[in-house]
Amino acid sequence: MNGMPILSVVTFLPLVGALFIFAIRGDDEISIRNARWVALWTPGITFILSLAIWWSFDNTTAEFQFVEQASWLGGAINYKMGVDGISMLFVILTTFLLPGCIIASWYSITTRVKEFMIAFLVLETLMIGVFSALDLVLFYLFFEGGLIPMFLIIGIWGGKRRVYASFKFFLFTLLGSLLMLLAIMAMYGQAGTTDIPTLLAHDFPAGMQTWLWLAFFASFAVKVPMWPVHTWLPDAHVEAPTSGSVVLAAILLKLGGYGFLRFSLPMFPLATEMFIPFVFALSVIAIIYTSLVALMQDDMKKLIAYSSVAHMGFVTLGLFTLSAQGVQGGIFQMLSHGLVSAALFLCVGVVYDRMHTREIAAYGGLVHRMPVYAFVFMVFTLANVGLPGTSGFIGEFLALVGAFGANTWAALLATIGVILSAGYALWLYRRVIFGPLEKEGLKSIKDMSVNEMVVLLPLVALVILFGVYPGPILDVTAVSVDNLLANYKSAVASVENATILAAR
Amino acid sequence: MYSAIVFLPLLGFLAAGLFGRMLGARNAAYVTSGLLILSAGLSWIAFFFVLAGDVSERVEVMRWLTSGTLVVDWAFRIDTLSVVMLVVVTSVSSLVHVYSIGYMEHDPHQPRFFAYLSLFTFAMLMLVTADNFVQMYFGWEGVGLASYLLIGFWYTRPAANAAAIKAFIVNRVGDFGFALGIFAIFMVFGSVEFDTVFAGAADQAGKTFEFLGYQVDILTLICLLLFMGAMGKSAQFLLHTWLPDAMEGPTPVSALIHAATMVTAGVFLVVRMSPLFEYAPVALVVVIIVGASTAFFAASVALVQNDIKRVIAYSTCSQLGYMFVAAGVGAYQIAIFHLFTHAFFKALLFLGSGAVIHALCDEQDMRKMGGLARKLPRTMILMGIGTIALTGVPLTAGYYSKDAVIEAAYASQNVAAGYAFALLVLAALMTSFYSWRLMFMTFFGRPRASSEVMSHVHEPPMSMFVPLVLLAAGSLFSGMVFAGVFIGEGQGAFWNGAVFAGTDNRILEDMHGLPWWVPWVASVVMLAGLAIAYVFYIRSPHMPVRLAERHVLAYRFLLNKWYFDELYDLIFVRSAKWIGRFLWKKGDGWLIDGFGPDGIASLVQDVASRAVRLQTGYLYHYAFAMLIGVAALVTYYLFRGAGL
Repeated sequence: MNGMPILSVVTFLPLVGALFIFAIRGDDEISIRNARWVALWTPGITFILSLAIWWSFDNTTAEFQFVEQASWLGGAINYKMGVDGISMLFVILTTFLLPGCIIASWYSITTRVKEFMIAFLVLETLMIGVFSALDLVLFYLFFEGGLIPMFLIIGIWGGKRRVYASFKFFLFTLLGSLLMLLAIMAMYGQAGTTDIPTLLAHDFPAGMQTWLWLAFFASFAVKVPMWPVHTWLPDAHVEAPTSGSVVLAAILLKLGGYGFLRFSLPMFPLATEMFIPFVFALSVIAIIYTSLVALMQDDMKKLIAYSSVAHMGFVTLGLFTLSAQGVQGGIFQMLSHGLVSAALFLCVGVVYDRMHTREIAAYGGLVHRMPVYAFVFMVFTLANVGLPGTSGFIGEFLALVGAFGANTWAALLATIGVILSAGYALWLYRRVIFGPLEKEGLKSIKDMSVNEMVVLLPLVALVILFGVYPGPILDVTAVSVDNLLANYKSAVASVENATILAAR
Repeated sequence: MYSAIVFLPLLGFLAAGLFGRMLGARNAAYVTSGLLILSAGLSWIAFFFVLAGDVSERVEVMRWLTSGTLVVDWAFRIDTLSVVMLVVVTSVSSLVHVYSIGYMEHDPHQPRFFAYLSLFTFAMLMLVTADNFVQMYFGWEGVGLASYLLIGFWYTRPAANAAAIKAFIVNRVGDFGFALGIFAIFMVFGSVEFDTVFAGAADQAGKTFEFLGYQVDILTLICLLLFMGAMGKSAQFLLHTWLPDAMEGPTPVSALIHAATMVTAGVFLVVRMSPLFEYAPVALVVVIIVGASTAFFAASVALVQNDIKRVIAYSTCSQLGYMFVAAGVGAYQIAIFHLFTHAFFKALLFLGSGAVIHALCDEQDMRKMGGLARKLPRTMILMGIGTIALTGVPLTAGYYSKDAVIEAAYASQNVAAGYAFALLVLAALMTSFYSWRLMFMTFFGRPRASSEVMSHVHEPPMSMFVPLVLLAAGSLFSGMVFAGVFIGEGQGAFWNGAVFAGTDNRILEDMHGLPWWVPWVASVVMLAGLAIAYVFYIRSPHMPVRLAERHVLAYRFLLNKWYFDELYDLIFVRSAKWIGRFLWKKGDGWLIDGFGPDGIASLVQDVASRAVRLQTGYLYHYAFAMLIGVAALVTYYLFRGAGL
């Protein structure tokens, strides 16, 4: 790639914005306003630039594109960036959602505004970095570093039990991170490089793969999150401010699924093959268990958080079917969930900003005062339910098609989740939106403001567009996924042949 | 032209949905109705093309999705079957639109109502014209959504909201089977397109594959899974509970969705899948048993219901059972013919009852009606036409189609056919009784409404009256006119391969050699039902009361719909809630958190005296731990780098 190092620009532009805000002095109205505008413009420009990546992306190759390389730390570790069909859309998802997050916190964040915006911009840089890093160490730095601004966002701007929530988040993450670090060291020891494209082609010994797989799994499973390490998520969501929840649900949770795709499946195929039933079991439990738990929640955010866990269950299920439909469905589901869960949390934010409660029982009959809100919320509820015609359907459907080919039990049980999701989502909608408008406090509630519509209506459009015409996403991922699967199958097959030969 | 038929209602939905407020209530209604009338006109033109022998075709709109070998298009499959459905759906829908202009006149949310109606029609058209399973599933769920929205249209009523959710979820239970069926089809046939799947069906006959660890017959399994979807959508026995509750929606909705079109989608599905079902005899037996049981069960419940709409709802449920029996014995043509005629007279009955309810200021309880014959003579005559068509008075629509179903059940060689025949005849007796009971309770006897209500009773306005007359014409003549082409001599040329019959399937020929008494049975029980209803509700109105008192248990059993709602509430709803709460409090709270983070936290707190450090320190701990990690990594690198 000659010309502008666009990936690096997209990655680090938010950081530059953060520095600008850092340079703004004073705590008066004007400086806070400036900070907000800088925080809006930077991700906005970043988004537009990132569209250029999508625009000039070549769908026909599985190679990494926009690759940049510079030696760093004495040549032992390289600064290497690049995207392929698997990672590119996650970059776009991140850049697309961030401006919305800033707008959503425009009025709702009133304390330490500058610091909040800085944290957010740093977070954006780190998230984009994770998806475009092509060096293990660089990946690790972005991956773990991204958690720090998230801790801060929950811990400083969170709700009443924010300390407990971020502590829980921390404990769950800690063990996985340490194990992953050890695994990275071991990989370097074995392969002699941390260059991801090289590692993708490297054959690790079968015995070692098992341990490496488990170490990475420990880290990724927490991020997804998979059952039973999911309990940090509802607490983190409940305490996080709206925009924090959005990033958490839409982007941070995707790190786990992305990690499986980038490392576990292609680098440790033999171990993956071995652990497939294990992952299926956890995924299916996640889908049914958390759907049932979601049914009983009386806090809106908790309900959506549990439903996120259930939806991510479809992702892990799809990815480990190792079929074109399953893996593409998993990726699609991640992107779609990125839009839908973000939108749902934004929807909760809309009423939370007005009433300062997330208690479902405190609402009812909002449709009388807020018809636009009722419409928007309905679209996302339906997408969450996986109604055909919304993006939620495509991912779920493809993942289940893949699952049926791999394991009929898993497919059958996971499909039960389709019934349960209708239960909790529609029940939530009914309790919040429908019914008579009786509560005194709600009688003067106002419908969505222009700000809120600017954030949510594009999401409505995209959720429906990708439901009817998912081509743009599926086309980007197709070749990379096929390549991944072909490599995986040949790796597994060659070992099988070897064992057959050895048996002779 | 076919694209226009399908997309005009979508246009209407968008116009009324997005610009409803700008257009105003009246204009929104006119725009949607106008577009639908246009669509209906085109459908009839298409229908006559098919009658004239035009060949079937495939209209591709665009690619929907591609993933690996899975390719799904947005495309229409146009053949006799889909054209018949187009005619039914667009005709009834446009009449219901027009009727609603009068019926919903005083409702403040008219644009929303008409938008939903058009959305429903669009989804239903997508369903019946689908060319592959996924698009069919889109339509299938789309009509479910529209049904949910319309049942819950009056969202301030808790009962309406509950009914809407119930309808959606019970349908999802059926869709669960449908979805699994689609997955299985893709796995076996490698495609979800009808043509490919149907072409490959014969090869798969009798073969098995592994499902849930068992070796099962491929086509039987697929057909049963698909039939599960059909049971949900068509409210068949065990998955029927949502349909009576769905009567919470406005009456035009009941006529369109819950009588004439959506609920018949299950029958359509089985007929469309005839190339698969013909190779799955076990599945056909199940279809017959479920259909016959539903026909009997629903008719028995309808005997004692007091809500005028619920009587008709159970009647619908029962008639759908008839259609399934017809499909199950292989007489797919008869199933669709009954679907076709039923759409007219059942929509007529619903819209007629809507006129009654409208006249009585939203009273639905028949115990508070009576004596309306003098006030509403025109409505009474129209409802009467619907009733004679439903009960099968000779020369009306029901006489041709329903009696054909009963005859087909007798003629069939299927093991379940005897069971079906017996239950269908009994159901026909009950049908006649409850239909006439409805007529007598509503229009005859002493007025039981307050004199104030009675003084306001008025005949419906023109916009409501005209659709009723058209439907009445259909109820009277559609059987006579179309019996020849649908199930008579011309059927082979008419269907033109749209429904498939296996080589052993000669049901339509077998029906010619029936014993002399079989065609008479239906008419006899029809008269018997009328006679009993007359005695009970005109001659000696105290008799039903005494009968109910003497057999109080049986009466309660029927009145409470065999206690299905209570049973399901106990087994599914309550237990799901209980398990959910248990998993949340005990699973997440006690087990995972208790031994996980909270356990560690208290451990740490015990060791490191007091929480102060925890509350402020852990963040830095984390950053610190990470830095140590990075430092360790770098050190390690440098060592390795030096060593290499």
